[in-house]
Amino acid sequence: MDALLFLTFAGIAVLCGINLILQTHPISSALSLVGVMGSLAVLYLLLGGAFIAAVQLIVYAGAVMVLFVFVIMLLNAGAERKSSKPAVRAWISLPLIFTFVILLGGLIASRAPADAAVRFGEFTGGTAANIGRALFTAYLLPFEVTSILILIAILGAVVLARKEI
Amino acid sequence: MHHLWLIPAFPLAGFLINGIAGRRMPKTAVNIAAVGSVLLSFLWVLKVLAGLGSLEDAYIERYFTWIQSGFVNVSFDFAVDRLTAVMLMIVTGIGLIIHIYATGYMSHEGGYYRFFSFMNLFMFFMLTLVLGANYLVLFVGWEGVGLCSYLLIGFYFLKKSAGDAGKKAFIVNRIGDFGFSLAMFLIMVTFGSLDFGQVFAKAQPMAVEHQAGTVTLICILLMVGAAGKSAQLPLYVWLPDAMEGPTPVSALIHAATMVTAGVYMVARSAPLFNHAPIALDVVAVAGLLTAVMSATIGLTQYDIKKVFAYSTVSQLGYMFLGLGVGAYSAGIFHVMTHAFFKALLFLGAGSVIHALSGEQDLRMMGGLRKKIPVTFITLVCAAVAIAGVPPFSGFMSKDAILLSAHHHHPWMYWVGVITAGMTAFYVFRAIFMCFFGAYRGSAHPHESPVSMTGPLAILALLSLGGGYFNVPQYLEPMFGGQHAPHETTLVLISVMAGAAGILLAFLFYVIKPGLADGLSRAFGPVYRLVYDKYRVDELYDATVVHPIRDGSRLLLWRGFDVGVIDGVVNGAGSVARLIGGGLRHMQSGYIRRYAAWVVVGAIVLLAAAAGMGGQR
Amino acid sequence: MPAELTRILPQSVPLSWYLILSAILFSLGVAGFLFRRNIITVFMSIELMLNAVNLTFVAFSYHLKQVDGHIFSFFVMVVAAAEAAVGLAIILTVFKNRSTLEIDEVNSMKL
Repeated sequence: MDALLFLTFAGIAVLCGINLILQTHPISSALSLVGVMGSLAVLYLLLGGAFIAAVQLIVYAGAVMVLFVFVIMLLNAGAERKSSKPAVRAWISLPLIFTFVILLGGLIASRAPADAAVRFGEFTGGTAANIGRALFTAYLLPFEVTSILILIAILGAVVLARKEI
Repeated sequence: MHHLWLIPAFPLAGFLINGIAGRRMPKTAVNIAAVGSVLLSFLWVLKVLAGLGSLEDAYIERYFTWIQSGFVNVSFDFAVDRLTAVMLMIVTGIGLIIHIYATGYMSHEGGYYRFFSFMNLFMFFMLTLVLGANYLVLFVGWEGVGLCSYLLIGFYFLKKSAGDAGKKAFIVNRIGDFGFSLAMFLIMVTFGSLDFGQVFAKAQPMAVEHQAGTVTLICILLMVGAAGKSAQLPLYVWLPDAMEGPTPVSALIHAATMVTAGVYMVARSAPLFNHAPIALDVVAVAGLLTAVMSATIGLTQYDIKKVFAYSTVSQLGYMFLGLGVGAYSAGIFHVMTHAFFKALLFLGAGSVIHALSGEQDLRMMGGLRKKIPVTFITLVCAAVAIAGVPPFSGFMSKDAILLSAHHHHPWMYWVGVITAGMTAFYVFRAIFMCFFGAYRGSAHPHESPVSMTGPLAILALLSLGGGYFNVPQYLEPMFGGQHAPHETTLVLISVMAGAAGILLAFLFYVIKPGLADGLSRAFGPVYRLVYDKYRVDELYDATVVHPIRDGSRLLLWRGFDVGVIDGVVNGAGSVARLIGGGLRHMQSGYIRRYAAWVVVGAIVLLAAAAGMGGQR
Repeated sequence: MPAELTRILPQSVPLSWYLILSAILFSLGVAGFLFRRNIITVFMSIELMLNAVNLTFVAFSYHLKQVDGHIFSFFVMVVAAAEAAVGLAIILTVFKNRSTLEIDEVNSMKL
């Protein structure tokens, strides 16, 4: 059952990813990205990260992507047009990416622990209580610092969005 | 302590005074500084020589250690022995007379103070040369007189020919100096010292080299140096051009003193030359050939100073002939008498030129004996002396040389006799063309002032009576050479050769003036060849000067300087620009390109991780 | 149907499959970054890359049976959210100034 679920949602994720880079209109790409995030949430669930899956859907897919869609619609730029001289030629980028993928995949395949397997339900530490405990004890400092980070981001966004700039 | 250093120090002081302050000093002050310094030097020489007595051994004064490096130990010493004494008298005495003459001759010239400062500098170096007790101090003076010769030949530096002549003199001298330097290196290596006393003491017990060896090589290299300085074959070409300088310069440097430095140096090295008969033969033959060749050229020249210049070269050949056949004292004797009559010839020529306001061409002169009688009489005295008319000075010294030559190799004597005939001919040709016949020029001849005629008179007396100074006997104990037996027939033959020369000149230029031109037309090509100085200058130009200059231009300038050095320097710039141009593409402004570079970097890191096989 | 599937499918999913999936998603993000010209699409490719990394974190958190991976992933999401906010504000400013959303037009910082 795990394998079936994994393969299904992994396939959806990959397909949505491919769709993201192949579509010309940004809205289509944004919706594909939402699809990817959704599939990844299911995969997190399979890995025992219930809280993370929920946060992914609420924050990432629900807030960040909404922001993206909002901006796309605000700017109303339209689909991309074909360009004559791309900044990165295809005959350079494709080999680069292929090399990258193969190297990465090769490394993983050779170095990953051989007997490790993922079964749903084996890891139960991803509950909200667990994460909350870790967040407020071991990772308290990063937690407080990120609050300042968010404050700065808000300030920056407000300043940037003003009319005079 | 006789303070030998004062002898050159007086002229050096004169040089400094005139050189630094002479521009603002009145002419009398310049005269006092210049002539006075030479006079003081002359008087000091007399004092030192009187105090030293008979000079059986050399008197040496050591001043300080100059070079001390490994086994090379050279100190700055002055020494006086009999040879030095003779040279000192010549240099300071004739120098004094010529300085007095120059105050009159140069009185209307610009750069008056500069002239005398250079003349004093020359005296300083010449005296250093003569007083030196080792080869290196001699070389200091040697180089210094070469420098002063350049400065004085090019005195009229606004004339291109004068500047060229100065350069030619210096460069040709340099070639000889190279030979001299090599000889000094060899002496240092062979004998371990440059000091005359030490070298000659070490050379004394060595075997005489009848085949070429180290000492022969040293002596031949010394002769190369002497050939450069004393204008012998093949390095004589600078002396005729040196007539561009003022006449007192020609008299002092190129007749009496500097050109005899080579003769002095060879005579000083007599103990070395005595061990290398091959080198002595080289010296004799070189001197003889030079004497004959330049005498023939002197027959054809029309510039009065050029005639006397070739005469100087020829007489220097005689001196080297004398040295080469072992008659060192005869050679030095001829140095002295030649100083007298050649200086007189040049100063007299200067008086004639001054009288004619600058005319130097013999064809523009004539009939001057009534108009400038003092000059005429003194020049005739010099002419009979150089022609070897007995019992005047030239006859005494020349005969000593010719007799020794006959004793050594008879053919040298006969060639020398022919040359003596030619010498008499061309000197009297100049006299007759200048003073007899009708005046062919356009100036107003006037006699020279006393400052000029006075020295002429003194030199005339010396030319006539200088033969009785007994120099050969004085120098004999030093050299211990062969003493040629006195054969009256040989003496008679040489005298008759001289007389024949005088008579022929009289015939050609007084009785039948057109005869000379007729002969020169009859022998057209030969005459032109001789008139063009055998085209030796053109030969040197083609074989040495042009190849060096063109090779320099092509190889060294275009090939190396522009191609390699400029190429490297400019190339460094071009390479930097190329690399910069290539690296520029990394910052193109396109964000996606930056991302591509990041991916490249990531691939590199991944490959490194994969290669290193670590788990991190 | 499930019976045949259960026979050919493995019993449990190896960890390496999760990691390789993460690598593929990451490369897709890189490809999107290199090939697309719209700024917003480029930004979304960056978000895709961040997601892929999150997956890796959670996978290893499972493998090590610790919750720290989840925490990392959590912080990544926080930072991604903040970054999205500011980044989109910048994009808006760029659009206001240059009236274009082509990433190649924003190229004045060059040699």
